[in-house]
Amino acid sequence: MSLTLALAQINTKLGDVPANLEKHLALAREARQNGADLLLFPELSLTGYVLQDLVPAVASYNEADSPTFRALLDASHDLDLVVGFVDEDPRRRFYIASAYLSRGEIVHVHHKVYLPTYGLFDESRFFAPGQSVRAFDTRFGRAGMLICEDFWHASPPYLLWQDGADLLLLSSASPGRGLSADPKLASSAWVEHINRAYASLFTVFVAHANRVGFEDGLNFWGGSTVFDPDGRLLVQAPYFEEALTLCELDLNQLHRTRARLPLLRDERPEMLQSELERIIHGN
Amino acid sequence: MEIDLSIHPDLVRQILTKFIRSEITRAGFQRAVVNLSGGLDSAVSCFLAAEALGPQNVLALRLPYKTSSPDSLEHAQMVIDQTGVQARTISITDMADPFIALEPDMSPVRKGNIMARLRMIVAYDQSEAFRGLVVGTGNKTEILLGYTTLYGDSACAINPLGDLYKTQVRQLARALGVPEAIIAKPPSADLWAGQTDEGELGFTYAEVDKLLYLLVDQRYRPEECVQAGFDEKFVRAVLERVRRNQFKRVLPPIAKLSNRTVGYDFLYPRDWGT
Repeated sequence: MSLTLALAQINTKLGDVPANLEKHLALAREARQNGADLLLFPELSLTGYVLQDLVPAVASYNEADSPTFRALLDASHDLDLVVGFVDEDPRRRFYIASAYLSRGEIVHVHHKVYLPTYGLFDESRFFAPGQSVRAFDTRFGRAGMLICEDFWHASPPYLLWQDGADLLLLSSASPGRGLSADPKLASSAWVEHINRAYASLFTVFVAHANRVGFEDGLNFWGGSTVFDPDGRLLVQAPYFEEALTLCELDLNQLHRTRARLPLLRDERPEMLQSELERIIHGN
Repeated sequence: MEIDLSIHPDLVRQILTKFIRSEITRAGFQRAVVNLSGGLDSAVSCFLAAEALGPQNVLALRLPYKTSSPDSLEHAQMVIDQTGVQARTISITDMADPFIALEPDMSPVRKGNIMARLRMIVAYDQSEAFRGLVVGTGNKTEILLGYTTLYGDSACAINPLGDLYKTQVRQLARALGVPEAIIAKPPSADLWAGQTDEGELGFTYAEVDKLLYLLVDQRYRPEECVQAGFDEKFVRAVLERVRRNQFKRVLPPIAKLSNRTVGYDFLYPRDWGT
């Protein structure tokens, strides 16, 4: 079985949801015409990243009934979509969120669990943290979504792996930083390094859609990638340029890799649990 | 101890030209104005702007005062010729001198500040006439040291060079093809004859860039910098300069009175809606 995955490495208009929606719909059409089954957008792809006090103005409340999501859900009859947005919950808290849309349904919503609030980041000032990391079933197998800082921590990808995800769908609006004589920014090198590591350690597919463009002096570096369960780079979008990048995933690679390397079979989450119990609770 | 300030110039060039294009076009403009002093920083800003926007969309201004070094004009002309940007030369002598004449015994620093601020006035006036935004030329070293005239040479719409130390700007200049005469000469604000940055500051960029890199980028404590081989007095003097000039790096504080105040809890990105 194979899956044609498309990475929508886009720039966004900061705080302008209708303009960004138009771009999503255009790319969904283009990806479909090129044979894509699933299209992955970056973090906050419908809103832009440096939102600050724009957060309440761009948030989606009861999104299934919003005109924005109605248009995206219509498009999801042609191909599955992962979109980034600001979710406003029934108690009126705001989250950085990703939604998996398929055949007119919202299959799953992930709220960003780790909100970086250090250095150039100020997310906890404006957003509530998500409370769960869950895998979910798609028509291509079980998958999981994480947003940027979520996968700078090792535990969320691990949890998704243990929850059955064979496809990690990662999105980010990663500000480029870190100069050296190297032709790659330190932030790009780091993200590529860990994504390859997750693919290798968990023997899963890892797809990452990152943004491009600038907001208030921050550059978003793009370079979206797909790694296979052997940790091989299947495709990489260009740095700093908008791109729609397609990649065919041979899902039978899971069979071959795990026959060779049964890390999933041999993993011992019960031991992890008991040791964490001891570490956290001292028992 | 090896302190490496190397950059990959092509990577930096790519980011900065895209930055200039993005920030100018999203503000509704196509064009830029650069005050070309004849020195390294403004040459690099001009090369980047020309590459980002096309040379016909960049206006380089040469704004000499009567005491300006003839080399400055000549070096600025080399940049204009090489990049093919539009250019104007406007002397600020007739603007500055009547003002300076009002105040006998004016210090060189005051005169220098007047020149820097007159150049700002001319740049902003030309930016309106040319329908372009002023692209700044301040580098990370001078921003951290506060070696700049507030509302003078520091005034700009966007600043592509502000996160590059002087020694890194020099690396970028070489990759851009800035004439070697400009790269090699001692940096100077050229506000009075014989002035050089390093003479006035009392240390070299090569030294202070390494120290600032440890203190700022690598988060070394002052005593760790001394252990790494820097003179303690030098470390203290630089830190004090950085502290004393913090006011130049922030907007003036607004006295908070209401529930929602610009800068404190009215927080919107500059690129709002674009």
